[in-house]
Amino acid sequence: MAYQDEITHMDHGELEALQLYRLKRTLRECYERIPFYKKSFDDAGFDPSSVKTLDDIRRAPFTLKQDMRDAYPYDLFATPLDQVKEIHMSSGTTGIATVSGYTDHDLKIWGDCFARGIGYAGGNEGDVVHICYGYGLFTGGLGAHYGGLASGTTIIPMSAGNTKRQINILRTMGSSIICCTPSYAMHIADTAIEMGLDPKKDFPNLKAGINGAEAFSDQFRENLESKLGIKVYDIYGLTEVMGPGVAIECAEQNGLHIAEDHFYAEILDPKTHEPVPDGEWGELVLTTLDKEASPVIRYRTRDITRLIPGQCACGRTHRRIDRLHGRTDDMMIIRGVNVFPSQIEDICAGFDEIADWYQIELTRERGLDVATMKVEINPGFPIDEVRRIEDLQHRLKRALKAELNININIKIVEPHTIERSTGKAVRIVDLRE
Amino acid sequence: MIDQLTVFLENTPGRLTALCKALGDASINMSALALADTTDYGIVRIICNDPVNAAKVLQAEGFRATTTKIVAVEVPDEPGGLAKMLHTLDEAELNIEYSYCFLDGTTGNATVALKTDEKAIEILEAAGYRVIHPADLYKTTK
Repeated sequence: MAYQDEITHMDHGELEALQLYRLKRTLRECYERIPFYKKSFDDAGFDPSSVKTLDDIRRAPFTLKQDMRDAYPYDLFATPLDQVKEIHMSSGTTGIATVSGYTDHDLKIWGDCFARGIGYAGGNEGDVVHICYGYGLFTGGLGAHYGGLASGTTIIPMSAGNTKRQINILRTMGSSIICCTPSYAMHIADTAIEMGLDPKKDFPNLKAGINGAEAFSDQFRENLESKLGIKVYDIYGLTEVMGPGVAIECAEQNGLHIAEDHFYAEILDPKTHEPVPDGEWGELVLTTLDKEASPVIRYRTRDITRLIPGQCACGRTHRRIDRLHGRTDDMMIIRGVNVFPSQIEDICAGFDEIADWYQIELTRERGLDVATMKVEINPGFPIDEVRRIEDLQHRLKRALKAELNININIKIVEPHTIERSTGKAVRIVDLRE
Repeated sequence: MIDQLTVFLENTPGRLTALCKALGDASINMSALALADTTDYGIVRIICNDPVNAAKVLQAEGFRATTTKIVAVEVPDEPGGLAKMLHTLDEAELNIEYSYCFLDGTTGNATVALKTDEKAIEILEAAGYRVIHPADLYKTTK
């Protein structure tokens, strides 16, 4: 039995009845307790008491990231501050941070959601969960921590950074599940290999990784799995809605099960805002169903994914979203062409000669966009001949041009010149005015 | 064949200095250095004592360094000396990937480094050239 199997295997009809009950309650509470929602519902002519089916949510207005920034710090809380036990904030790299509050109840359901993921990854009492997501305002570290507590596993709260120490702990403390961003997991693996270790053998108990918070390609996952000798489980979440655990992959590795008892997911065409059919790509829009302090209605996540039709072979009934295809705001527009970092990563994955690190720099020269991709080459590549390096550059450039129909300059750089990140990898540097 | 030290360098200020300093600090002495440059990067090819250790030292310093097998041959330091030797290789239809020369002040001969097929050794020796063996070179570059 894995954690909360009874919920993850619930009959879907019953689940929908539970969702509708909770949705109505959340809409009512938002309307009554949060002036922003009272105004936005009234402005849209949306009466929360008129909701009779789950589809009726389509009449409700969206919540945007900017609405959350405007509400800084506490204007979107539905409970008085004395009931809020913890605060998290999004990174706020592009503006004012967004704030999320958690009551005791909210912290418990967060732990439950993440703990289900630990169960999906085969974790139980006796497992040692090595958490090297950053602890702090970022939801990664503490989200995993509450999941570890709920699941009854043993937690090593490493936080991110000090990679050599992470490696030492992984070798000696019996860590069996590693929780961090996929790029940091890769950095740990590469560093261990550079130290002359074989993580497959030298991290003796490691069996699984719960690695999310950024999009990564299937090829990147396969590399990570083979370097560490583990199975990697993708996890999705965001501070504005809760944190990691909104959706988590099971051992089938065929989509992430949404915690549907707590979140209602829609996939919409990002331009028309109309729902797309199951199986088609669009923007994920989320509504919380059971949160007290920071409920959110129809939050536009900007994340591109799709609902995977049909039931998962694992037997769980909660619907699945596909692994993220990128973000609507990570999407680069290069000379008028829409490009997602994941497309570039998929192409790079076809080249054994290049390492897992790359970065795209966008500049503007004489009014035209110029994209330059820096790549590191693997140690085995024969660097002695300019011809071989140029050949690699040409083949990579041709492959990118064939797929994306734009020219991307390829710049081969020395090892370790692309900055390794302990959090989310910096794949794009936009220097355009 | 000789082990040449090969290093991939980005075209950024101070990189070549850093490379030479790292070698100096490890007491590696160079007798030749040739730089193939492109817009973005350069490939530095070095003849030095103890090239295998030199590559390890540089790797530990974060450089992409390796060793490459090359042929080193002495030619007389006189007009047409190099052309004559290359002609010998042409006749054997051997391609040369790259080449550079350096002078050894003690012998009056020039040493030519060639990235080419190993067969060149036999052909050059048959034509009367002195092909340099690792022991000779690493000794002379002390």
